[in-house]
Amino acid sequence: MRYLLKIIYKYHFFLLFLMLEAIALSMGIQYNLYQRARFVSLSENISAYFNESISSFTDYFNLIETNRRLSLENAKLKNQLQRVYRSDNLFFFGENDTLHRQKYFFTSARVIKNSVNRMHNYLTLDKGSEQGVRPEMGVICPEGIVGITAGVTRNFTSVISLLNVNFHVSAKLKKNNYFGTLSWGGQDYRKAVLQDIPYHVQIEVGDTIVTSGYSAVFPEGIMIGKVEKAIIKNGNFYTVTVSLSTDFKHLVYVDVIRNLQKEEQNKLETHD
Amino acid sequence: MINSLLRNSFLFIVLILVQILILDNLQLSSYAVPFLYVLFILMLPFETPGWALLLLAFVMGFTMDLFEHTYGIHTAATLLMAWFRPGVLRLIAPREGYASNTLPGIYDYGLGWYLKYVVILVFIHHSFLFYFEVFSFKHFFDTLLRVIISSLFTIILVILSQFFVHKPKVFVRE
Repeated sequence: MRYLLKIIYKYHFFLLFLMLEAIALSMGIQYNLYQRARFVSLSENISAYFNESISSFTDYFNLIETNRRLSLENAKLKNQLQRVYRSDNLFFFGENDTLHRQKYFFTSARVIKNSVNRMHNYLTLDKGSEQGVRPEMGVICPEGIVGITAGVTRNFTSVISLLNVNFHVSAKLKKNNYFGTLSWGGQDYRKAVLQDIPYHVQIEVGDTIVTSGYSAVFPEGIMIGKVEKAIIKNGNFYTVTVSLSTDFKHLVYVDVIRNLQKEEQNKLETHD
Repeated sequence: MINSLLRNSFLFIVLILVQILILDNLQLSSYAVPFLYVLFILMLPFETPGWALLLLAFVMGFTMDLFEHTYGIHTAATLLMAWFRPGVLRLIAPREGYASNTLPGIYDYGLGWYLKYVVILVFIHHSFLFYFEVFSFKHFFDTLLRVIISSLFTIILVILSQFFVHKPKVFVRE
């Protein structure tokens, strides 16, 4: 026993290192293998406070750009509203009319932390469960898709950015509806990779890529980007490089999408 | 002792604030990501016992992990670096050894010695950090390039920081 204690004392530096490193490695490996929301929400409360105060300061520098974007979006929305009103004037919908049912609900939120230069990039938004945000909701901005919500605390939300190597979304070619899986390559914050498009499909540079709407997270037809390059690498499928329409370095206001029929759809899909 | 404790606690807080408030918001490119917080481990006095070195590295790494949303990655890298520190110090020790009441810095041991010390430890930290973050050797050389450029960036910041944190006692050494 004394001998054992002596050995432990002699090698305590190495043993302590092994112990602590084992804790750190197991945390890191779990984090890498299972991208779980619980890890994210653990630290959200601590860091969100700091980030919000930084963001409220840096927002001043972006005011001109933000104003320009908001007015552009306003104009776009007004145009849509015109169309909607016209058609609405022709019909009167009863409250129980099943054909006129709202499917998506948008909540506007401000980005208070954002990164683009890591392998696992996250955003933090200033809305949380109090404002109706839940995990696994889509996040978009006027230019295109941004990510999916992960950890939610009372007033903050952590979003897995599209620029995260664990992020996948179902996407399709707008012109002919062939769909594939879009993910981030990890190299450039302006480019993503679309896979699983069969080789017989005609793809041209500049074709529009939008969300397919198969996943119940994003509505159909949300802009993702344009085809930059399409090559067939030993097989029957294209590897398409997509230049993203969202500028991740300039995100200020985003919309969180709540799919009001998500539970219903998921319930049906898990039964078969 | 108390003085050293106060000084290092202050350094700990300042480095975390600099890292999360300034450096994390730089976003120059995914190839140049500086992690100045390793300066905390580099600046600890020579006499720091091994267990304290490791525990402090754990606390520092874990704090960074909390702010960066990367559980365990910074902790593991900082621990590895702290574990290598006594060995590296022995390896590059000047002939007469380390005098008591000196700190590992430019003013006590010169730029040449300090560069060796910083380059080795920062490179260990950054290579472990970046490869562990990517979690594969798929883009080996791409990641290596990120390690090298980011290390250079961190090393430059560490050297520059020496002119802020360490007031020279003597301006010219004979």
